[in-house]
This record gives sequence, C-alpha cells and structure tokens, in this order.
Amino acid sequence: MSAFLDIAINEKSHGARAVLRGFHLGLRQGEIVSLVGASGCGKSTLLSIVAGLDSAYRGAVHLDGRPLTGPDADVGLVFQAPRLFPWLSVAQNVVFGAGTQPDLVRADALLGEVGLQGYGAALPKQLSGGQAQRAAIARGLYLEPRVLLLDEPFSAVDAFTRMRLQDLLAQAARQRGLTVLLVTHDIDEALYLSDRVILMDSMPGPARAEFAVDAPWPRERREMAGSPLKPAILDSLHAAHAI
Amino acid sequence: MERQAIIIETPQSLRPRRRLPGLPLGLLLPTLALIGAEIGVRAGLVPANLLPPPSAILEALSWLLENGLAGHVGASTLRVAAGFAAGALLALPLGALVALNRRAEAVFDPTFQALRAIPSLAWVPLLLLWFGIDEAPKIILIAIGAFFPVYMGVVAGIRGVDRGLTEVGLLYRLSPFALARRVLLPAALPSILTGLRNGLSLAWMFMVAAELIAASRGLGYLLTDGRESSRADIMLAAIVLLAVLGKISDSAMQALERRWLAWRDSYTTKDAR
Repeated sequence: MSAFLDIAINEKSHGARAVLRGFHLGLRQGEIVSLVGASGCGKSTLLSIVAGLDSAYRGAVHLDGRPLTGPDADVGLVFQAPRLFPWLSVAQNVVFGAGTQPDLVRADALLGEVGLQGYGAALPKQLSGGQAQRAAIARGLYLEPRVLLLDEPFSAVDAFTRMRLQDLLAQAARQRGLTVLLVTHDIDEALYLSDRVILMDSMPGPARAEFAVDAPWPRERREMAGSPLKPAILDSLHAAHAI
Repeated sequence: MERQAIIIETPQSLRPRRRLPGLPLGLLLPTLALIGAEIGVRAGLVPANLLPPPSAILEALSWLLENGLAGHVGASTLRVAAGFAAGALLALPLGALVALNRRAEAVFDPTFQALRAIPSLAWVPLLLLWFGIDEAPKIILIAIGAFFPVYMGVVAGIRGVDRGLTEVGLLYRLSPFALARRVLLPAALPSILTGLRNGLSLAWMFMVAAELIAASRGLGYLLTDGRESSRADIMLAAIVLLAVLGKISDSAMQALERRWLAWRDSYTTKDAR
C-alpha cells in the first residue's frame, strides 16, 4: 500500500553538489515524523521540495496518490523564523492565504487556540519571538492543510516557550489528524512529538536510520527524555556525522 | 537568613536627560548663524554689500511680499509639483518593471544609468532648443531630476525584499501580480518613500537650474535678478525661501513616511541615548 505522503527524491543538487540522492520517505495519514541530522544534510531542502517551493529536482512527491508539482492548499509550511508580514496585523497575517474572503472569526478562534487571544489587531513588531511563532503556526493551520511541514519552528525561542509550543503543536496535530513532517535538531523534541524519527545521513543517500516511537499519547516529557531510543539515536547521529 | 534588598543606583549617564522646553533643537544652528551674521556685518567684519545682515534680508523679503513674491513662489512651487509628479509617476512603474523583469532590466537599466550620470545643466540648452523658453522645458528638466532617485528607490526596494517573505507569498500560490501587490510593493515601501523624498529634494534643485536660465518668474529668476542688479539681499531672500519651501515639502514627505511606515520596527534616534 502506498504512503499518504510519498516522497521519492532521485537527485537534488545545489550547483555541482548533490544534496539529496536516492532518498525515499513515506508517511501514513495522521503520522508525525521528525527528520534529524546535521546542518547541510538536506533536511530543509527536502521540506522546500515537499512544500512545492523548489521544483529543480529529479523525483516525485505524491499526496494521497496525487502528484504535488508546486505549492498546494493541502500542504502547509511553518518556517524556522515566523516570516510574518510586518505591515499586516496578526489576524491579517493568519488569513493571508485566504484570498478575497478571509474568515476573521476563524482567525480569532485559531489565535485563541495558540494562546494569542486579543492579539488580532496587533502588529508583528508588538509580539515577542514566541508569540510571533505562534501566529505563524496559526497561519499554517488556517487553510486546514492535510500535511503540515515544520522547519525547526521552535529553534529560536526560549526553553519554556519551546515546550509550550511543542504541546500546542502536538495537540493541534492530533486533534486534526494532521500528517506532520518536522525538521529538528532537538532529539528530545523529536522523541516527544513523533511517531517516527528519521536520521538523515551527512552524505546524500537513503535515510541512515529510522526509529519508531511507540509511546502512547499523551506523553510525559521526563519519560520521553529517558527513552532508550535517545542513546540509540545519538549513537547513530555520531556515526552518521563523524568527521 | 534575612533577605536584603540590593539597590543599584542608575548611573548619571543612563538617566533620561531633561529636554529644554520651547523651540525645536533644529532652529539652534540657523538662529546662531543669523545672530552671528548680524553682529559680524554691524561690526564691519564683513562688507554689507556682499553679506547683507539678516535684518536687511527681512526688509528685502518684506519688500518682495508687496512686489509679487507670491507669484514667484507660486510659479516655482507649481513647476516643482508638476515636474516631480511627472518624474515620479514615470519612475514608479518603470522601476517596478525593471526590478521584476530581467529582460526589462537588460533593456532599460543600462540606458537609465548612463542618463543618470548627466549633470542637470547639460540638459538645459538642448531642452531650450527643443521646447523653447516656455514652461515645458522647465517641467521636463525637473521631471528628469525627480525621475532617477525614485527609479533607484523602487528598484533597490523591490530587489531588497526579504526572500523569506516572497516564499510565503509563493507558498500561498499568489499570482505574479498578487505577489507584487501584496508582498513586494509593501515590503519595498520604505525604499520607495526614501526615493520619493530624494526625488522631491532634487526637483527643487533642478527647478533652480531651470529658472536660472530661462524664466521671468520664480525663485530662480529672483536669484538671477538679484545678481544682475547686485542685490545680495534679494539673492539671500530667495535662498532662504528655497530652504523654507524645501523643508516644508520634505516635512510633508516625512509625515507620509511616519503614517505609512508605522509598522516598521526599526532603529530610530528615539532609541539612541
């Protein structure tokens, strides 16, 4: 049976340097998968391809059997930086992709869900980094995508805000049955949020290793941090990126 | 153990300074210069026929007020308004086209960069030959002056837009037109407004160049008239008026900037100590 989100990259290069080669990944519907690996191993490039922002590659991406050939309403992306439009209010940012008929009531509800009640009329410059990233997550959820891609979305926020945002993402994704592909450098984050952790190799090629996280929801952070998978992932990470 | 509060004295240098009430600080230098000139001339340090004292310039302004000053100011202002509007209205779409389209850039930009290097006065004889001594050559010269700063501002502004923002636009499948309208132009607005301010400032300069050569009215004409009649007071009165009008128009542009760019989260001198 083919995967709900099927990613098959034969080759992707930046100039003469191959970034991805022979990489295949399939995600089940509603599954949360984390991609880990050192900087430069192609994680963000992979997300750009799936989001339809990069079409200069050999291979194919299918969603529910349908080829994705460019940006698609069923695929949302939250970037590492919030990338809010500074001249628009927070609510206008959330509904940015709505076209001519924005549903501001729904935007307000989403802002409430991410803990930004009453911030709809504020400008992005009035938000903290964590608040801006929450607004970006609300924007990512507004069009109700079936797949949400996240590129190190919590790397720039403090530890406490990061935990809150992780819980928020886990809740939103589980409630909606979202299929999530998360790029992260944080092994604890990957273990806490994911059903599977994929370790990418430093050299272009197939995934180096794959770890199934069988813990039920809701999860306990402390338990996940002590998971026996963590040393196994760290060992593989060291082996994959040994200098 | 009992806790003790630690009180840290704010250093003198970090405390907000008290501002002097009353006149804006920007008037300090002109006021000092006027007082210095008045004293210098009255004390005989500077010949009055070369540098009339401010009181004499005021008298000249008062005399001009009763002898058609409004007509001169009105003529110059209308020329600047017409020339600036023409130059800016041409530069805005052309700048956007060049910034958004590589082929248009290859066609237009080298020529514009060459034309930009031509000094304003070099155009004057040619424009007089082509359009006579009527209003047309003056307005065209001012339009040329205003065109290039606005054009440069639009091109630099659009080219400088954060790629991250355009990616968000592409992610939401905006058409090229919608991307330009909803992302590129608002993001480029700070640079465009700077271009418009510079364009307006150059429009005043080009206006003087145009009126110095062929005009029977206007502030540039007053300068020529003052030179021909050896009236330094009239020349200085015209210069003062040019400074005041330039400042008023620039302040209007600044007000527009503050209104349209209220969303910016950038460094201002208010942040500086």
